[in-house]
Order: sequence, then structure tokens, then C-alpha cells
Amino acid sequence: MRIEIKFGGLGGQGIITAGYITAKAAAIYDGKESAFTQDYSAEARGGASTSEVIISDEKVTYPQVLNADYLVLMSQSAYRDYLDKLKEGGTLIIDEDLVKPDEKAKNFKIYKIPATRFAEEIGNPIVANIIMLGFFTAITGVVSKDAMWKSIEERIPKRFLELNERAFLKGYEYGEKMKKE
Amino acid sequence: MKPGYYFWSGDIAAAEGAIAAGCRFYAGYPITPSSEIAERMALRLPQEGGKFIEMEDEIGSIAAIIGASWTGEKVMTATAGPGISLMNENIGLAAMTEVPIVVVNAMRGAPSTGLPTLIGQGDLMQAKWGSHGSYEIISLYPDSVQETFDLMIDAFNYAEKYRVPVMFLIDAMLAHMYEKIYVPPEDEIVRIERKRPTTPPEETLIYKADDDLIPPMPRIGEGYKIHASGLTHNEKGYPELTPQAQEKLVRRLNDKIRKHAEEIWKVEEYKTEDADVIVVAMGSESRSVRLAVDLARREGIKAGMLRLITIWPFPYKFIEKYNVPYIVAEINYGQIYHKVREYTQDVELLPKMGGEIHKPDEVLRAIRRMVQ
Repeated sequence: MRIEIKFGGLGGQGIITAGYITAKAAAIYDGKESAFTQDYSAEARGGASTSEVIISDEKVTYPQVLNADYLVLMSQSAYRDYLDKLKEGGTLIIDEDLVKPDEKAKNFKIYKIPATRFAEEIGNPIVANIIMLGFFTAITGVVSKDAMWKSIEERIPKRFLELNERAFLKGYEYGEKMKKE
Repeated sequence: MKPGYYFWSGDIAAAEGAIAAGCRFYAGYPITPSSEIAERMALRLPQEGGKFIEMEDEIGSIAAIIGASWTGEKVMTATAGPGISLMNENIGLAAMTEVPIVVVNAMRGAPSTGLPTLIGQGDLMQAKWGSHGSYEIISLYPDSVQETFDLMIDAFNYAEKYRVPVMFLIDAMLAHMYEKIYVPPEDEIVRIERKRPTTPPEETLIYKADDDLIPPMPRIGEGYKIHASGLTHNEKGYPELTPQAQEKLVRRLNDKIRKHAEEIWKVEEYKTEDADVIVVAMGSESRSVRLAVDLARREGIKAGMLRLITIWPFPYKFIEKYNVPYIVAEINYGQIYHKVREYTQDVELLPKMGGEIHKPDEVLRAIRRMVQ
């Protein structure tokens, strides 16, 4: 079983970090195999940013996205650039304040969260990606909640853990709620 | 590192593999996509009692590790793109003076500065023929983060055992890709140390080879008279600029690798036993080929893959072994293709100029064409 995930947004939104945390969660804490790659061509803050995660029960062969099962987007430019990477019937996960889907997205399952707005409410927009990861975990279940949190815990400096835990749970609970609706 | 599971990039695995192999000296000049190797070594070598030096350029970097190797340390540098071109003069020096070194080349799109952050496989021939002269070196090329770590230990063992530069190839994709990796316990890592002279300094000729064609290597500063010259030299190490000395020395430098080639060869034979068509691939490219082989099998096409892990000395017997059509899939305009053609007429090239590996579909189409 091969699962392909693509994250897209702008430099500074933690798109690369989100991919790394997800891939590591699957490989190290869920005991699966994964490969994480990122686009190095536009690292500058404000430029396009994207990362890719392949999760598999077996060794990952082709290490990048061919037809994404999940597309997680945090900017309109990423929506424009990457929507065609999502496979038919795939799941589109977006920050609803930053991405406005058009009719091209009508055949996808769409889940929306105001991740950046929630992050500002919690106290720092920098945790928007962690809210997104909580939301992603609840919606998709491709990585367990425990594994995702452990992977976040290892990546984030200790003094920001409490803030990130609130962010993760906020996204997760919102995802649980959306899934039921 | 403590044994266990880690989530590392190919670059980190290359650095940690080198440390596990016993490398304690690194001199380098950072360049994408190899910079994270230097970064990791700068952090880790001091923790392990080793030395990291950031040099003024690539020429200085390789010169520094050649010098350091004479002190008895295991040494490495890493570079890419234009950096490996700069290092090639001194790779010849290390081959001529028989100094164990490991050079990592993280291949990127080329020529010139090309595509610094994206994959290329244009340095496969350069790995062997980069320096002037007719000489043999060893070149290895892994396809995963785990294999990068494991193979790096072999790279150091080969360098030490055969007293030869080992060109450790990775590529931009592997360098920056993260995967799970298992670091084995210390007592499971097999390390080979270079032979040392068993006779006292006054009775030792430092370039007199044993029956295996490899001379024992003294450590500088222990009383042995060490004269290491890039000029053609005699067993004493002194320049002897004659055709006879050249014949003896250069023939031995080549033969010490050629005669041990089968011990050095590493090739993965993936679904080749019953194959009707075989794709030859290396490094990250082989990951796409592996998937394409599986897809072809699902269509009833008996495809297989020969994955060359040892690139040099070229493992030609594996090509001769199968009497089937070959495809060589590589990220250049035909390099290893020509090597394969030396051993079979039935071979097609699937090239790509660089920046990405082939999509599995592209390889699959080539496989279908070949069996039609």
C-alpha cells in the first residue's frame, strides 16, 4: 500500500517541516517505510515551497509523488501549481482563508480549516502548520495521532512545546468534528 | 551513534557511515548538494575525537586528506559538480602514490554549474577517467539512505585494503532525501585497516608490494623513509623516469584492482533469473526502474533489473551472464550504456539529460518496446 502526500504553500509557513514531521512519524513511530523530499529551488521566505511524503508498508521505490492521494495546501499559488498532482477522487486539505478552490476541484473530497486564523488565536501564526498536521492526522488517519505528536515533539524546541501541543490538538479536534459532518 | 533507528538524509548517512567506518579527518569545501555532509562532519567529528577543516577550495580539500591519510587516519572529503572537476588532479596523485582516501561526489545536473539542486548522473565515466593517465580506482553508488550508510563502511574498507581512492557516488536526490535507517551495534561493524610494514625502517622499501600487489603503508613520523611522489617511482619511492619503471608501477596500480575485481563487485540482481529483458540502473534512478519492473511483471512481461552498486571496476560478468536484451537507464546521454555495449550488442539507451529521474511509466514504455 503506497500513500502519496504533497504539501504546498509559501516559504516560512513550515511546509517543509510539515512534510518532514509526517514522514518521520510514519517511519520511526508507526513502523512503516517512508521517503521525504523537498523542493530546494525556492527556499526564500515568501517564495513557493513544497514537500512530498511517500508512505508504504514496503521499501519505497519511486521516492516522489506520481499521483497524490492527499494534497495539503496553504496558499493560492500552491493551489494553482499543484492541483493537477492530486489523483482522481483524492483528498484536498486547505487553509480556507488562504486557498479558494474553483470548479477544477469539484471531483475531490475537500476538507477546510482556518489554520492560520486559529494559530493567531492561540498566540502565534507560526504554528499554523502544526494545526494543519493535527487536522491532517484526524482526517486521513495515515499516521497515528501518537506517532505524529512524537514526531512534532522531537522536531520542536522544548520552550515551544506547550504552544505546539495546543495547536496540534486544536487541529486534531477540528478535524474530528469536520469528519463527522 | 547509538544503535537504533534514525530518520536521515543521504548526506547525513554518508557522514555517519564514514564515522562508523573509522573516518576521523575531513577536509572540505561545501557545495550543493553535498554541503550537509560537511555540516554533519563539522558537528560530529570533534565529538568522536576527529578533526574537521573547512578548506579554501576543493583542490586544498583533497590535498589535505591525502596528507592526513599518511598519518594513518581514515580520511574523507565530499563535493559535487564543479568541485569534483577541481579534485580530479589530486585523485590521480592519490592513485599514483597509493593513498587510501574516500571522495563523495553528490552528482547534480551538469555540465558546469548546471542544476545545483537537482539530480544528474553525468559523472559516472569521470569517476574512473577524471584524472590524466591510465589507472584504476574503485567507485560505489548506493540507492537508498540505508545503503549509503552500509556501503560507506565498504568504501573505507576497500580504500584501506587496496590503498586506492574510492569515489563514492550519490546523487542530488539521494543526498537530500530522508528515509528511515538502522544503525547497527558497534560490534557488528566490520572495519579493515591498511597493512603496515612488519620490517624495521632500515630494511623497508615503502613501495615494495606483497604478492597481492599491495605494498604495506607506513605511518609518517614513525621512522620510515617516506618519499611519496607523483612522478613515476621505484620501490624506494624515488623518481625513476624510465619506461621500465613506468611499466612496472602503472601495470601494478591497475592490476591490484583488476585482479581483485570480483571481490569488489556488488550488483543487485532484481527478478533477473527468468527475465526476458533487463534494465541496468544505478542510484536513485534504480528506484523508478524497480517500480517499472514490478509494473511490467503485472502485465506479464518478464522484466528484471541489474542494479550496479560497484560501478568501477565495471562488473562486466553480470552483463555477460544474461543472454537477453538490455536497456540502460541513466541520467545522462549515454555513459554506462557504452560499457554495457562492450559485452552485448543487444542494448538500448534510455537517457535523460538531468533534473529528475525517469518516471516509472517512461521506463515501462521502454521495457514494452524491447519485448515487442
